[in-house]
Amino acid sequence: MTKTFPIVGMHCASCAVNIQRALRKTPGVAAATVNYATEKANVEYDPEVVNESKMNEAIKGLGYELVADEPQVQDMKNKEIERWKWKFIVGGVISAISIWGSFTGMNWGVLLGLATISQFGVGWDFYRTTWASLKNRSANMDTLIAIGTSVAYGYSAAVTLLGVKGEPYFDTSVTIIALIVLGKWLEARARGKTSEAIKKLMGLQPKTARVIRDGKEMEIEIEKIIVGDKIRVRPGEKVPVDGVVESGETSIDESMVTGESIPLYKHEGDTVIGGTLNTTGTIIFMAKKVGSETMLAQIIKLVEEAQASRAPIQKLVDVISGYFVPAVLMLTVATFAGWYIFGPSTGSGLAGMLAAIAVLIIACPCALGLATPTALVVGTGLAAQHGILVKDAQALEIAHKINHVVFDKTGTLTEGKPVVTDIKGGDEVLKLAASLEAGSEHPLAKAILEAAEKTALQLAKVEKFEGLAGEGVKGIINKKEYRLGKPLDETDEIKKLENEGKTVVVLGTKEKTLGIIAIADTIRETAKDAVAQLQKQKIDVSLITGDNPRTAAAIANQLGVKRYFAQVLPADKENAVRQLQSEGKTVAMVGDGVNDAPALSAANVGVAMATGTDVAMEAAGITLVNKDLRSIPLALKLSRATLRTIKTNLFWAFAYNVILIPAAALGYLSPILASAAMATSSISVVTNSLFLKRTRL
Amino acid sequence: MDKIVVLASAVGLIGLIYWFFLGKKDEGGAVATDVKIKVAGGYSPALVKIPAGKEVTITLTRTDPTDCLEEFVIPDLKIKRNLVMNKDEVIKLKISKSGKYEFHCGMSMYKGAIVAV
Repeated sequence: MTKTFPIVGMHCASCAVNIQRALRKTPGVAAATVNYATEKANVEYDPEVVNESKMNEAIKGLGYELVADEPQVQDMKNKEIERWKWKFIVGGVISAISIWGSFTGMNWGVLLGLATISQFGVGWDFYRTTWASLKNRSANMDTLIAIGTSVAYGYSAAVTLLGVKGEPYFDTSVTIIALIVLGKWLEARARGKTSEAIKKLMGLQPKTARVIRDGKEMEIEIEKIIVGDKIRVRPGEKVPVDGVVESGETSIDESMVTGESIPLYKHEGDTVIGGTLNTTGTIIFMAKKVGSETMLAQIIKLVEEAQASRAPIQKLVDVISGYFVPAVLMLTVATFAGWYIFGPSTGSGLAGMLAAIAVLIIACPCALGLATPTALVVGTGLAAQHGILVKDAQALEIAHKINHVVFDKTGTLTEGKPVVTDIKGGDEVLKLAASLEAGSEHPLAKAILEAAEKTALQLAKVEKFEGLAGEGVKGIINKKEYRLGKPLDETDEIKKLENEGKTVVVLGTKEKTLGIIAIADTIRETAKDAVAQLQKQKIDVSLITGDNPRTAAAIANQLGVKRYFAQVLPADKENAVRQLQSEGKTVAMVGDGVNDAPALSAANVGVAMATGTDVAMEAAGITLVNKDLRSIPLALKLSRATLRTIKTNLFWAFAYNVILIPAAALGYLSPILASAAMATSSISVVTNSLFLKRTRL
Repeated sequence: MDKIVVLASAVGLIGLIYWFFLGKKDEGGAVATDVKIKVAGGYSPALVKIPAGKEVTITLTRTDPTDCLEEFVIPDLKIKRNLVMNKDEVIKLKISKSGKYEFHCGMSMYKGAIVAV
């Protein structure tokens, strides 16, 4: 069999040669090629003679590693969760026996034995990480727990073994360890759930595909598909990569990638997206994008990047977390000294020790550290499931403040495919107009040419063609000069058409008007709903268009939009955005991401509609994978929900530490109570973030 | 008398804690294109210098099971990696703009920085 494995540890092209040589020498390996750029080895081997670990051994001596299967990280996390679970079981049993024993007067020696197992068995990790940290002159939460439990354990051991005056506190140290371990177990489980959305996306791509090469159909691994391959997809199978349908017709469920809820009909010439599910028919399509270029790969990359970015709201936490643990250690010393010096005349040392332990145990930097990232991971993941890609945490944070959304009309609010709706003057007018527009890429020209094509008109030859910037075109046909463009004067007929939201062009000679052509662009089905939903969220909506004020007003009216910017040249869209901002508005600009890039960048948040299978829009803070405009109110709602979660998390994490640390220092909290509070603090933050998934969207 | 001893020891200990944890200075080594960072109780070295505009390989090896060290984040470069225990994680990057790029663990407890010069 042939398989591709990631290789770790390559530094140069010669490494690839070394690995290749080592693999080829391994018995059972028939062929091996190693690619330095992709850091992958393609190995043809006999699985009965050699396996992944043997191949790994062969190259390990050279300082490289062959990764058998990608889901290693997940395996490791599962093992981690399992480990914490067992630690809790052992620690919990010891704790229960110790508490019962301390009430019933169990032999101190037995209690010491149990506490020793707990301290250095169950709690060994705390020492290990503390030691590693101290070597780096840093400290973390484990350092605090290791010191806190060591003090309780050490004091109790001294009472038992050395006859130091007092009572042992074995139940304290073992219960703290059991509760902290319980907290770690629950936290690890909950944290795994925060990134479920991206894991789902990663699992969408099928492993193999049916490729037709040289007339032969074969099943190959997805990594081996190359651009131009023809791929057959049968009912119930997943589309392996991005491409264009060559033959057949079917319905494809794209909901998992784009959030589009209704399966889409696809036939020849339509784009298909890798990772989506083919439902009814069989198609053959040509691969256009493979590997990291596919839409799914781009989406995963974008979501991962967004989750790695820093939210501005996190800055304060970043500063605090650097000082947190040393500050708590200093406070612990001060607590003990304070009790010893100012406490009651008898037993102040012991009370000081217990208060100091409580301070060490209650302090929870983890809750602070988890507050923002967990909410961000859940929020961006949830957005991605709905076809909303957030570029970074900053965009998400600003999005929640948006109070004005401005839409570009053509291609955003409308389909961007204008069609001729009215012709006054008959086929001759259409013929002359189409002749003048022949070869033009302008959307209006395309509409006229398409109309002419439909009626099978023969175009005439044009001489002395001239484009009149922003006004239209002119040229000579059969020795007569014609002009096609914006109306020079407004007749009732023109006004009527414009009031219907249509764009009017007029064909004429120098002497007179020959005819009128009205062109309209279909408004997207979801546009009206999107506008209404935004307005319900108390967000103002406006539209920008190059159309004249009458057409703009008509379209604004159809959509229920009160404000519009008409006759705006593409280059001036940015100014419209700035004008809104100067009025004190926080503006989101929605456009196609290609022509509107400057306006998108100028807006507080740029929202781009993905075109085709391209989702990486540089200028946009938010990219909509589906063409559903209702994703915009949804995205804003999600950003508000995420920010709300981050803020509640931060509030509780701060309040928890600010209130409970002083309470512990003043002796109001026993160490056991402190450990119970500490165990619940991190988990409550993570759980609160997970509640985001339940946001009603 | 014992109270004075306790007070003096406490002040001394607080000073020691401050010096030990907050008084450290990491100058970072020489500028290099192939950087190895040990991940155990933090990052060592915590300050790495790399040339701006050149492709650089950063290899992270985690030997510490602490949960938060599992994630390695360079927020300004939007890089986040999961570090598997005892396994090299290789990050290839090219920073065109010189400056300081902080990195930290998943909970922002352990920190370090890449300085592109």
